[in-house]
Amino acid sequence: MINRGGIVAALGLSALMAMIVAPAHADPDNNQLIIDGEVIITDVAAPDDSPLDRIYSGWRFRSPETQSLQMDDFENPGFVAVDDAIESWDTAEGSEGKSCASCHSDPSSLAGLRTTLPKWDEATNKPATMENLINRCRTDRMGAEAWGWEQKEMVNMTALVSLQSRGMPVNVQTDGPMAEWIEKGKDLYYTRVGQLNMSCSNCHEDNYGNQIRSDHLSQGQVNGFPVYRLKWAGLGSIHRRFKGCMENIRATPFKRGSDEFIALEAYVASRGAGLAVETPSVRN
Amino acid sequence: MRKLIVAATAAILCSTAIALADTVGPNEVKIVDAAVEGSLSGQAGDAAAGRDIMINRKLGNCLACHQNSEIPEQPFHGEVGPPLDGVADRWSEGELRAILVDVKTAMNPDSIMPSFYSLNLGVRVAESFAGKTILQAQQVEDVLAYLMTLKEE
Ligand code: HEC
Ligand code: HEC
Ligand code: HEC
Repeated sequence: MINRGGIVAALGLSALMAMIVAPAHADPDNNQLIIDGEVIITDVAAPDDSPLDRIYSGWRFRSPETQSLQMDDFENPGFVAVDDAIESWDTAEGSEGKSCASCHSDPSSLAGLRTTLPKWDEATNKPATMENLINRCRTDRMGAEAWGWEQKEMVNMTALVSLQSRGMPVNVQTDGPMAEWIEKGKDLYYTRVGQLNMSCSNCHEDNYGNQIRSDHLSQGQVNGFPVYRLKWAGLGSIHRRFKGCMENIRATPFKRGSDEFIALEAYVASRGAGLAVETPSVRN
Repeated sequence: MRKLIVAATAAILCSTAIALADTVGPNEVKIVDAAVEGSLSGQAGDAAAGRDIMINRKLGNCLACHQNSEIPEQPFHGEVGPPLDGVADRWSEGELRAILVDVKTAMNPDSIMPSFYSLNLGVRVAESFAGKTILQAQQVEDVLAYLMTLKEE
């Protein structure tokens, strides 16, 4: 709420008090995410140029019941998808008769990758997401069909590969050729869209910690993706969540995999630099 | 201080649209000194209907952002905006109408609160909502009538 000084000056005392009652940011809770004895960092100091006071994972804004589902891999419903992906990792497909395992041996060989995505890709001269990289192996190296962005096999595989980076800090490149994309994502983040005329920042920057009807607003971070959403009864991609948020404010969303959503993904990832990868996280 | 201006362009509308003779369209509403005087629909508001619109997630959905003790039967009240208790003590009818019509002109250009009777919308408005205001003129009057009942003093 910029201009507050001006508004307050123009109001009576009771109105002033009403505004003070409405908190700018209620705090997230202080719970600690521990999985298998390992502490997963869910808040980090924000760098000086960050618009956030402190960077928080979405986990910190969920109810204790939802949080606890993510604290035990046996209870975490996202692991069903991971198990499916392990199977498809070993399954040969396409004209080359190869599986992921034929070339990458174990998924753990891709540890650390998630923290860097989206990352600059010389081959296409634009940033590549996890989905882009996996599909390139399928089409160019296996002679198999590309998976759809939200196709089950794809989302499951992105979960398996991202899980290899669980606990590692997000560290996406923002300079060099990425700078232009980060800037483009930032523009989109602050652009008001839809009939309700809101930007991502209105909810996830100005109001994180506040309750918006039954939802507790987080910073809209992407460190937990793909996430298992109880509402979806399954895993969903980052772009699926972006799409849902745009639809809620009555805007026409960009397409999954579009340059716009890739730019937005890169920018949002950069806002969460230092947060630990949490995949597969659980959200309501 | 605040001039009372009647934003009625009813005379002009009369000659073009008979059915909407008394309705002030979203592009005709004038916010003067942070107030809009005169019913947008030409009719009085119905406070009970307004209360329902406040609750309805597809219409006002005001509870998404505002607490309101007068609607205790609804479980989730948001905390993005100030509580609406006693709001009629703080603002005149004309001022509240302006806040509903277009809070960004009336109060705060950076407000997260939607402008409920304005066509000055965000980019990429979903097709089914393009060129439409969130609430109709009468719905604004209904919500306003309800807000005017929220007095504490
Ligand atoms: C024929 C061998 C081959 C197969 C089969 C294969 N890949 Fe790859 N993959 C590669 C090569 C080569 C690279 C490029 C390595 C590099 O850039 O360091 C790569 C890169 C990747 C990357 C990006 C790694 C990075 O650090 O940028 C991912 C993710 C990936 N593969 C996933 C998969 C998955 C999932 C499958 C199975 C669906 C698969 N690959 C099948 C050979 C293969
Ligand atoms: C009207 C408010 C609102 C707006 C505007 C909005 N969102 Fe959200 N968003 C939510 C709510 C509510 C949730 C679910 C609770 C939470 O995590 O905040 C959510 C969740 C998310 C999440 C999942 C976070 C997690 O931890 O799993 C991401 C990512 C996200 N939003 C990104 C965006 C982006 C990008 C935009 C702009 C295109 C946007 N949102 C606009 C309300 C909003
Ligand atoms: C997305 C959140 C949001 C929604 C939905 C919303 N408001 Fe607001 N409202 C706010 C905020 C925030 C303010 C504080 C003004 C500002 O933005 O600076 C506000 C201010 C107000 C005020 C002035 C209150 C005061 O005491 O100063 C009134 C009256 C009001 N809103 C009524 C409504 C009504 C009625 C609805 C539904 C038709 C509604 N609002 C929907 C966020 C919202």
